Amino acid sequence: MKIEFILNNEPQTIDVHPARRLLDILREDFKLTSVKEGCGEGECGACVVLMNGKAVNSCLVPAGNIVGKSIVTLESFKETKRYQMIESCFLEAGSVQCGFCTPGIVMATESLLSENPHPTDKEIKEALSGNLCRCTGYNMIFKGIHLAAERGQGLW
Amino acid sequence: MVDGFRPKTLQEALEIRLKTDCLPIAGGTDLMVQKARGFALKPDFDKPLLFIGYLPELNKISIEKDQIHIGAGVLLTDLLNSDKIPEIFKEAVCLMASPPSRNLASVGGNICNASPAGDTLPHLYAVDTQLVLKSAKGERKVPIDQFITGPKRTDLVKDELLTKIIIPNRIFGVNYYRKVGQRKGMSLTKAAFQGMADIEQGKLTDVRIAFGSVAPTIVRSREIEKTMIGKSVEEIKEEIPEILAKYAPLIRPIDDARSSAAYRKKVCLRLLEDFLRKMSKEK
Repeated sequence: MKIEFILNNEPQTIDVHPARRLLDILREDFKLTSVKEGCGEGECGACVVLMNGKAVNSCLVPAGNIVGKSIVTLESFKETKRYQMIESCFLEAGSVQCGFCTPGIVMATESLLSENPHPTDKEIKEALSGNLCRCTGYNMIFKGIHLAAERGQGLW
Repeated sequence: MVDGFRPKTLQEALEIRLKTDCLPIAGGTDLMVQKARGFALKPDFDKPLLFIGYLPELNKISIEKDQIHIGAGVLLTDLLNSDKIPEIFKEAVCLMASPPSRNLASVGGNICNASPAGDTLPHLYAVDTQLVLKSAKGERKVPIDQFITGPKRTDLVKDELLTKIIIPNRIFGVNYYRKVGQRKGMSLTKAAFQGMADIEQGKLTDVRIAFGSVAPTIVRSREIEKTMIGKSVEEIKEEIPEILAKYAPLIRPIDDARSSAAYRKKVCLRLLEDFLRKMSKEK
């Protein structure tokens, strides 16, 4: 199936099977390896990207559902001021250890803050409930997000 | 074989459905996992896919007199963000999966997947939901408990699509929902309980009780509900042991990776008891 969509702000046309996973299109076809495959079942959040600004599990998205959509991965998001704020706050709060879950967590953070620039602790936990981390520990991650929301006044 | 279709309108989708043996797919959050083949591999579907989730006709929520009409393609996130959806229904939806999955999953998909653990289902059964099934030849309206015929089985005919979910536009006086899972986020249901009631001058005028994930389909008994209606809350309180005994044989859970049958049954009856006790404190 011929599929037109926008990837990291650039229009793309691809010809793929409509059941192909967005995760594989990003990693295999476009070499966007910030997008990780963890569970492949929508449970771990390592493959989270933005689709029209909202966090989605790219392992669950068939190619047929990205037509006309704007997909953003960390590769282009990292060029933004918002990313720089998240990065510096994550570094300060110790929100990253092995880093495997981090791209998904950063994209889920962006999805949260773009809708809700001043989230409560409960709202952060809720927004990140689909992102598993097995080494850093969630408290440091939540702290990093709180910091980004605090210091990023006006960015979101 | 054509791999898939992306119709522009519902009418076009229905015509494809009439002519082709295809698999309707909305968000794909259930189907992509069921057909997954593992790392970096394309899920294997034996039929062409009919993409319908994005169709504008399937994405509206509207109030029609005393009913709420929900398009089958409406996302779980959209339900949560809508001021037309009753809070007690949102309570169940906000405990489903996680935001990145709720941004993809549709309410129609949760119904058609017909999992005994489908988390929209206890509420939809409790409020006597009607489903609109359309084909190129016409449409029919079916109560949800007749549409879902077993685990993963529905009455959907080959040329039909589920287009609309109709629930009453009313709020109950007493609302009680509990999902029992391993944790709060990203958990699959071990057991779910939905209870709702109206009480006027100390008397029960309406009651709805539904259990999820503890039988091949959602458990609801209009017969038992009828025996409770008209009674005073004090009478209900006294009859709690008898009411529990009436429900007990209907709750027929299984042992699986998520929980044991014994635990599921016990927790369901305790939740029912808690609901009845809370209800009997209302005036």
